[in-house]
Amino acid sequence: MTKAADKTMAPAVTRDVTLRIGGESGEGIVTTGEVLARIAAYAGLEVYTLRTIPAEIKGGHVMFQMRVGSEPVHSEGDALDILLAFNQEAYDKHHRELRAGGILIYDNNELTPPAIAGEIQYALPLTSLAKGIDFFRGKNIVAIGALVKIFGLPYDKAKAVVERQLGRRGADLLAKNLQALEVGYTYAEQNITKEAPYNLGVPEGERGADHRLVMSGNQALAIGALAAGCTFYAGYPITPASDIMEFLAAELPKVGGTLIQAEDEMAALGMAMGASYAGARAMTATSGPGLDLMIELLGHASMTETPVVIVDVQRAGPSTGMPTKTSQGDLFLAVYGGHDDFPRLVVAPLSVEDCFYAAVDAFNLAEKYQMPVIILSDFALSNRVETIPSFDMSRVQRVQRLLWTASGDGDNSYRRYRVTESGISPMSLPGMVGGSYTAEGLEHDETGAPGYDPELHTTMMEKRFRKVRTAADEIRTWPHAIWRYGHPEPEVGIVGWGSTAGPAREAIDRALADGMKVAAFFPRFLSPLPEAELSAFVAPLKAVIVPELNYRGQLADIIQGRFCMQIHRLNKFTGQAFTAGEIYRKIAAVYSEWVVPTSA
Amino acid sequence: MYDLKLYESIDENTWCPGCGDFGILAAVKQALAQLELAPHEVMFFSGIGCGSKLPHYLKANGYDSLHGRGIPVATGFHLVNPELKVIQVSGDGDSYGIGGNHFVNAARRNVDIVHIVENNQIYALTKGQYSPTSEKGMITTTTPEGAIEVATNPLAMALAAGATFIARGFANDPKYLANLIARGIMHKGYALIDVLQPCITYNKINTKEWYRMRIYRVEDEQGYDPADKEWAFRKALEWGEKIPVGVIYEVSLPTYEEQVAVLKQGPLYRQPLHGPTMAEDFEKTKREFM
Repeated sequence: MTKAADKTMAPAVTRDVTLRIGGESGEGIVTTGEVLARIAAYAGLEVYTLRTIPAEIKGGHVMFQMRVGSEPVHSEGDALDILLAFNQEAYDKHHRELRAGGILIYDNNELTPPAIAGEIQYALPLTSLAKGIDFFRGKNIVAIGALVKIFGLPYDKAKAVVERQLGRRGADLLAKNLQALEVGYTYAEQNITKEAPYNLGVPEGERGADHRLVMSGNQALAIGALAAGCTFYAGYPITPASDIMEFLAAELPKVGGTLIQAEDEMAALGMAMGASYAGARAMTATSGPGLDLMIELLGHASMTETPVVIVDVQRAGPSTGMPTKTSQGDLFLAVYGGHDDFPRLVVAPLSVEDCFYAAVDAFNLAEKYQMPVIILSDFALSNRVETIPSFDMSRVQRVQRLLWTASGDGDNSYRRYRVTESGISPMSLPGMVGGSYTAEGLEHDETGAPGYDPELHTTMMEKRFRKVRTAADEIRTWPHAIWRYGHPEPEVGIVGWGSTAGPAREAIDRALADGMKVAAFFPRFLSPLPEAELSAFVAPLKAVIVPELNYRGQLADIIQGRFCMQIHRLNKFTGQAFTAGEIYRKIAAVYSEWVVPTSA
Repeated sequence: MYDLKLYESIDENTWCPGCGDFGILAAVKQALAQLELAPHEVMFFSGIGCGSKLPHYLKANGYDSLHGRGIPVATGFHLVNPELKVIQVSGDGDSYGIGGNHFVNAARRNVDIVHIVENNQIYALTKGQYSPTSEKGMITTTTPEGAIEVATNPLAMALAAGATFIARGFANDPKYLANLIARGIMHKGYALIDVLQPCITYNKINTKEWYRMRIYRVEDEQGYDPADKEWAFRKALEWGEKIPVGVIYEVSLPTYEEQVAVLKQGPLYRQPLHGPTMAEDFEKTKREFM
């Protein structure tokens, strides 16, 4: 997490604004949002975005939301301060979420909204302004120009961002886009009387650009993989994981690596395993349906003790479900999926920034413990662009797998699956003279030869699982293994995982401000769970809340099973992320019921 | 020519006495010895089935993967370490049934691997169910009234999919088969070697006598032209009274890996893990996101 996360008790400043843009797919809604987000970021503000895209390629409604603040923002925002409606549908869909006294900005060539008392309305003739410069499809850039003026963002930064983001499409088009930007800006300057309660005042001094990045979780994760030394990727396209593959297709060759598109997810994981078996640091990425297909190979990777990294960018299921909606429904699949028991490690990044470190950790653990490591990301993390601190390269190491070296005494009895105290056995790479053996999915002895002897099976099961224990002992010593936040002596605790950390943090800030003693405990590793630390955290609590974006309460079930304790579940399965308000309200409800006031 | 003893394994063999797989194993060893490939220079992949046990029965690098999944693992392996000769061995159920999608895509992908299919037209390890190559009407434990589906034609499938080397051998003629395997190993790109393999326990129809009466060597025929796809299709479709064996198709086309610029710089697995450019590369990548 960010440095601020370490400052327990420090409530985040709520000086922020939530803006939503709605329109038809193909109108450049996402471009509008992304460019605007980058302008704000470039100007030194903190940005957190959210988008919904239709599953259809053309047509359908698109929504882009951004929350901008002068301090880091960790969730999407509870209600809208500003709505930009490109058409009637956008108004109909989103207007009810605009807070009282909010600002409505609309294309008055497209719609005529009713006047509402207290609501500030700005009419922008986006369509006719764009047509006026003979650039109809540039109306989204006109909108950006107007917004830059309305919210007092620096025009020179806006120009620079447009040049960088849209400059690759040719000089003529760039000139047109810059013209559109200016037309929008000038129109707002001349026609709009500014009465906005929100002036996105740019922070004093140049904060930023060089030590902050603007990216999505999938990008952070892919860059993390590169930083970790990944040189091989195999994958099969699936929403919302495909852009990891697309990004790496361009980037891997630059670091001497390669990428192959497989015929299905089984082939994708199989190829990654083959590559790893040959000595490369290999990865595949998919979503829930793909992980389903990979499960047989997952067990096989664990059985053959092959290092491999598998990313699951979760989307709402079951079955095909809602491919463009978010969920945390694959925890059981990642932690328990497969027949019989086999070890695997599971890491769940807490934020866009953490996607980078999760990838680095995953590679190093896979290599060191010779086992599959699953990264559980989700749709919300994967797609949203936000400002994050630049990566701390001192946290990046490349841990190598334990390689076998020939003893040189002519001893020809290499034992690939040698039973050791740590569970880790030296691995030869095929081609090493004297290091030949046959890797085996059947139960096998130390040399790899199949065997069904009861003692052998017991020994080898224990050997494989011993690696998890060894890994747990190592992970326990890492400073970033668990994210803790909030009151040092909490009465109510929030135990969660993955991207719910952001809204949980803001909910805790509000609860602390209200005088509630609340703290969060988010293990980044879900397999192995930090049981001792979790146990110590929950022991003094009066109540534990587990917020999850799934129906059943998968982490809640695991904790309840292990610790036999009552859990206050907060399950959301709408396909959307939590807002801070939702978690805050649960805290307040649980607190008033379970925590007896200590003073009158 | 290397000594065959070099490839002897200590693992206990569990094939039925008289199994066609013994002939295939002998042919594989013969081909390796002929090409003077030392055990550590060859990498065998297999799946699940009687024939997929083969890597255990010779001395070389081996990887016994899941049912149907040997091909993808072999593909990923070869892209990272092209210095080893990669050979996938598995049966008809593994290769054409559960692994059928990988078979078709391996053919069109043209990665430089050899795919030996021990085709006994039956699921033998699970004791006698019909397989993708079982002939229509064959009575098995799961088709008491006879198989309803027609048998698949692996040679025609490989040809249609874009394979660059397609051969058929016979398990009970290991000398001839060894030559086919050696040619397959030397071929650049995906090489399919479908091997007619009598199963003495569960297939009482396609016996070694049944095959002996029908097979003939294509290269002895007039007009033999393995570079001609139309001719190869005619040969691939021949089945019944006469069954062709030999190389029925062979063309030279760029392999997958020859078309990946980065792989020409040397094997990926030799790349230093702690390259001096790591931080530099990262700075470059990072700048795109500022």
